[in-house]
Amino acid sequence: MLKKKSFFKLALVSMVAVLILAACGSKEEKTSGSGEESKNALEQIKDRDKIIIGVKHDTRLFGLKNPSTGEVEGFDIDIARQLAKEIVGDENKIEFKEVTSKTRIPLLNNGDIDAIVATMTITEERKKEVDFTDVYFEAGQSLLVKKGSKIKSIEDLKKGTKVLAVKGSTSAINIREKAPEATVLEFENYAEAFTALKSKQGDALTTDDAILYGMADEDPSYELVGGTFTEEPYGIAVKKGNTELVDALNDGLKKLRDSGKYDEIHDKWIKE
Amino acid sequence: MDFAGALSPDHLTFLLEGFWVTVKVAFISIILSFLIGGIVGILRYASIPVVSQVLAVLVETIRNLPLLLIIFFTYFALPEIGIKLDIMYAAIAALTLFESAMLSEIIRSGLKSIEKGQIEAARSSGLTYVQTLNHIILPQALKRMVPPIVSQFISLLKDTSLAVIIALPDLMHNAQIVYAQKDAYIIPIIFTVALMYFIVNYCLSLIARRLEIKQA
Amino acid sequence: MLDFTILTENFDIYLEGYKTTIIASLIALVASFLLGTLIAVFRIAPFKPLNWLGTVYVEFIRNIPLLVIVFFFFFGLRFSGPVAGATGLTIYTAAFIAEAIRAGILSVPKGQMEAARSSGLTYGQTMRLIILPQAIKIVIPPLGNQFINLVKNSSILGVVAGLDLMYHADLISSRTYVTFDVYIFVALFYLSLTIPLSLGVGYMEKRLAKSN
Repeated sequence: MLKKKSFFKLALVSMVAVLILAACGSKEEKTSGSGEESKNALEQIKDRDKIIIGVKHDTRLFGLKNPSTGEVEGFDIDIARQLAKEIVGDENKIEFKEVTSKTRIPLLNNGDIDAIVATMTITEERKKEVDFTDVYFEAGQSLLVKKGSKIKSIEDLKKGTKVLAVKGSTSAINIREKAPEATVLEFENYAEAFTALKSKQGDALTTDDAILYGMADEDPSYELVGGTFTEEPYGIAVKKGNTELVDALNDGLKKLRDSGKYDEIHDKWIKE
Repeated sequence: MDFAGALSPDHLTFLLEGFWVTVKVAFISIILSFLIGGIVGILRYASIPVVSQVLAVLVETIRNLPLLLIIFFTYFALPEIGIKLDIMYAAIAALTLFESAMLSEIIRSGLKSIEKGQIEAARSSGLTYVQTLNHIILPQALKRMVPPIVSQFISLLKDTSLAVIIALPDLMHNAQIVYAQKDAYIIPIIFTVALMYFIVNYCLSLIARRLEIKQA
Repeated sequence: MLDFTILTENFDIYLEGYKTTIIASLIALVASFLLGTLIAVFRIAPFKPLNWLGTVYVEFIRNIPLLVIVFFFFFGLRFSGPVAGATGLTIYTAAFIAEAIRAGILSVPKGQMEAARSSGLTYGQTMRLIILPQAIKIVIPPLGNQFINLVKNSSILGVVAGLDLMYHADLISSRTYVTFDVYIFVALFYLSLTIPLSLGVGYMEKRLAKSN
């Protein structure tokens, strides 16, 4: 009996331990938000002589790790390289880290990456968490379905239809508002979500049209339907309070647009 | 199903690249876990007041949580206490944390399995506690622990696949990228991945069994 | 400090996931126990082809990741997320349960089987009346541990939209932009299942040790 009691004590103490651990962790989180590192992120990048950018690895046309070459490639990647050239003087002084919609904001706030260039929509909610540059790409949310599907637009997402989305994306939140009757299933990344659509786990996949074009390009038996039903302006996100870095990135973006380099990259990836 | 297309040389190389990450992560993690788990196991076995209790609580908490949660947690919690790691090292840290807890239990019960009489005999013949531990208990206990440690390594190799949730470019992650290309690839790739894990793990389990027989 | 409003404001969502985790675990628990027992019987039955079948099952399943099995049912056979998760858990756990049960049966001295058979009992009767009751005692602690593993492993449902605790935690986290606190509460929910189970297993182990 005594042993049993001590076991219960153990259980209780471990619960408490988790709580204490949590408390410490949360405290750290708050102090690191206003720490010195966020003050001079731009200088840090220059000291390091390298910029670390969070990009997607599974999003065709924007950020995709090509299984044949092992290289990451896409619109976001080229834009990020050009910005590295503007800020640290060389398009190769850049390190890419893979992010997903779910992991990107925590990674940025933890200081693992300097900026996110990963098909990220500027929203009011997110502005409370991070700072954004000017818009660098105009996307809109749409639907991807198997050719011949009964779903022609968002109005067809009735009760019983299943819509697939990706965890942490704005499209997952939007679709619940625009088609409240449909069931929404969320996945870790776009590769998994698209595979789920192919495995008939859902009737449609929803996210930004730009990403969906990449999927339809990969497998032509799928098509976009119904046009766009939201506006998704993409911005580059940096940790809150990093005005110097935002300014530097905005300058870089402006130079790209003025020099025609932006259009060149745009036309290379986005064909409409 | 398109086995030929799914298993083109490019794809196979890409899968093997992922498998190499899996093996590397598992191997580094098992070595670290053995060291940490060993220390924790010995400290708990030695029943030092306070230290043993604190470790017991930590070990029990970790052992009772899903590994998926621990991986996710480590990945995001470490930076908050000022440790910034690459995805690969974060995965290693998470797996090490979990496996250390598992191994410490194996090591502790291995130590406990040595008869008390031997300890008393050693002590009464003039050896100190540490000497007894070093020369009498550990060598015997280690022998008994080898098979369970090998099976723990097998678990580790399998568990590495869970690090896909933090985008570790391991076998599972690369497999997802390959089979996202075409539906005809899904089943062939899943079978190939299963086979890769099976071959390596089965060989390991044969080694573990041979060691077990040798001892018996 | 920990932000308890995360828990209170999202309590219904947590609860929904908690329910699915419990239901999926219970179903997989019963199913894997039945399947595991069947495979254990296959492995020791006096009929070679059944032995081989049992061995192949156990060796193959034990040596591949649970995630691969779940993905096979989800992407390959197109089961829904919760069903693929529960099926994967069942198939995977059954291999370990089969091994535990087999070890228990083999630990009963061979002489007993022979004695029972020569006193006129059939193979089935001997199993049911003599061997299994003794084996169960030995098997209970390892079975208990497998069930704890099963509950922990059920978090895999989260990866295939299985609507469990882990899945709902991801949803809460992506809507609130809070990571740490959200998952601490998830940890507590899991511990509320696994710690009582661990205590139960520990208690059983002690009682069985005493009764021997």
